[in-house]
Amino acid sequence: MEPFNTHEGIAVPLDRPDVDTDQIIPKQFLKKITKTGFGKHLFHDWRYRDDEGKEENPDFPLNQARYKGASILLARDNFGCGSSREHAPWALLDFGIRVVIAPSFADIFFNNCFKNGILPVILRREEMDRLFRYVEGREDARLTVDLEAQEVRAEDGSVYAFSGLDPFRKECLMNGWDDIELSLKHEAEIRAFEERHASAHPFYFVLNATPQG
Amino acid sequence: MQPKDSHPRTMYDKIWDDHLVLDDGVQAPLIYVDRHLIHEVTSPQAFEGLRLAGRKVRRRDLTLATMDHNVPTHTRDMRAAEPLSRLQMETLAANCEEYGIRIYALGHPCQGVVHIIGPELGFTLPGAVIVCGDSHTSTHGAFGALAFGIGTSEVEHVLATQTLRQYKAGNMEVRVEGRLKRGVFAKDVVLAIIGTIGTLGGQGFVIEYTGEAIRALSLEGRMTVCNMSIEAGAKAGMVAPDEKTFAYLREREFAPKGAMFERAISYWETLASDPGAVFDKRVEMKADDILPQVTWGTHPGMVTDIEGRVPDPAAFEDPGERESVRRALAYMGLDPGTKITDIRIDKAFIGSCTNGRIEDLRVAAGVVKGRKVHGAVHAMVVPGSEQVRREAEGEGLAGIFREAGFDWRGPGCSMCLGMNEDVLKPGERCASTSNRNFEGRQGKGGRTHLVSPAMAAAAALEGRFVDIREYL
Ligand code: SF4
Repeated sequence: MEPFNTHEGIAVPLDRPDVDTDQIIPKQFLKKITKTGFGKHLFHDWRYRDDEGKEENPDFPLNQARYKGASILLARDNFGCGSSREHAPWALLDFGIRVVIAPSFADIFFNNCFKNGILPVILRREEMDRLFRYVEGREDARLTVDLEAQEVRAEDGSVYAFSGLDPFRKECLMNGWDDIELSLKHEAEIRAFEERHASAHPFYFVLNATPQG
Repeated sequence: MQPKDSHPRTMYDKIWDDHLVLDDGVQAPLIYVDRHLIHEVTSPQAFEGLRLAGRKVRRRDLTLATMDHNVPTHTRDMRAAEPLSRLQMETLAANCEEYGIRIYALGHPCQGVVHIIGPELGFTLPGAVIVCGDSHTSTHGAFGALAFGIGTSEVEHVLATQTLRQYKAGNMEVRVEGRLKRGVFAKDVVLAIIGTIGTLGGQGFVIEYTGEAIRALSLEGRMTVCNMSIEAGAKAGMVAPDEKTFAYLREREFAPKGAMFERAISYWETLASDPGAVFDKRVEMKADDILPQVTWGTHPGMVTDIEGRVPDPAAFEDPGERESVRRALAYMGLDPGTKITDIRIDKAFIGSCTNGRIEDLRVAAGVVKGRKVHGAVHAMVVPGSEQVRREAEGEGLAGIFREAGFDWRGPGCSMCLGMNEDVLKPGERCASTSNRNFEGRQGKGGRTHLVSPAMAAAAALEGRFVDIREYL
């Protein structure tokens, strides 16, 4: 996973609440067995007018010239709700998005972001309103997202501090650590727990039935 | 494991405490996973990750795989699936073979939607931590398990370590007191709950459903309620296990047997939330106020009852909300003020992990019996699993559906998400027993109305939504 420190880039506004993972990456594109190549299908049904993804919808912000090359997505409440598909962050990342800023995120999506080096930033609704106005109000609106300092900075000098970020998650993201490797270091604890658990609750470990067929 | 009587705890607290492997206050806590379910869509990249890192599956015996999201429902032949779906299924089969994981592939007598087969095989147990790369894993909470959906990276983490890094969520209680009216089902209860608390209402919480109306539900009904917890934004949903739970599980394939089962019960009986346990958030509803529900918008919180009308965006004060409602109505092709009973449908879908169990099919067949599907409607029933299919065929339910003009299919997710060929065409309107009415969920441009199986069946017969209470 790519470490995340400070990121500077163009911000693109997606001004609607409850954007679900079916919209981020529609199910017809979930059939790949790799993690890459999802970016061209990001927001497919909104981004294109045809099924093949050839005819762009000019009204959709991601298609507008001023937001070309955007790497920061501004969103509204409950972003990433619905299906647990990690294809959603894969699609965002593959498209080039490294930061999503919203007033609230759905739980599984929020988690999935950290596993893929995407930073989900939570700001208050009023702050989001201000950021939306800022980004929509000027060409080439760039933002700087500083993970270490936990702030989003705009070129007009405004600063938005964000909290609600667990220190451990922050550290993992900043170092690009592999979660599994960290956990495997605790094999001794896992084994000890497993033994205790199996003796206190052995019924979770008896699956010897063989259903017919 | 913490001292049992230190302070009153919720069921979630207890299960959490009993699964905590490590909490050093620095890293995210590690919890142990008792049951891991996998399917073809969210697992290939996890296995690939294991392979690349040269890691093993730690507890293949606690892992169970099936094929459901992609499977064709008109045949049991994997070769009939379109090539990419087929590749995913074949990849799952190959991965399970390589790592020695038990798999119920297409055509196996135990195959089915992952959240239907877990419980019916007794793989799902009270007090267990159950995960799956699928958000509706919350279904299993109906047994008093802590069950929730995870992403593919976490699937890989569980395969490699049998643990998960998790932060503890808050405790929320949703109490439904009183008795449900005739014609009102578990689906109506959960839609009414989401309509009340909103799609963010459960965010950051594990919901425990309590109260007389919940206790009165069968395990099937409790599964329907817990299934949609995720639609209220919750981490998980659960119901305390009781005699009904134990009776449901007794003698199921993977459930413990004999003395071991009795020993399990004596533990499971200690799981219920202690009197005086503190919930961070509480919501109380009256069963009596709940009428048959129908969604009109593009998320499950956009719901009203059968006596209601499509709302007017202008009536919403918050400009953001007004705009979402306006957008939803434009997508749904509905005019403000339209009576729900005036909405005509093109399709009806009975199935999914929300309502594809035998009890759901019994209720729907009861409505359908001796009647005919409306001429303008295509209606299909997709049993949740092979076991449900066999039972339904054995009881004559399949015959009732077929005679009425329903398409009777093989088990799978089917039109719940339309990853196989079962999809809505643009503009088609569907009465669906599934759980999500998002834009394009059942097919690009398709319009989904979420309802109970009885309501879907009646709508299929009448070509429009009708009040099921006048029908029973
Ligand atoms: S039936 Fe629908 S909600 Fe359930 S697992 Fe399948 S696709 Fe997901």
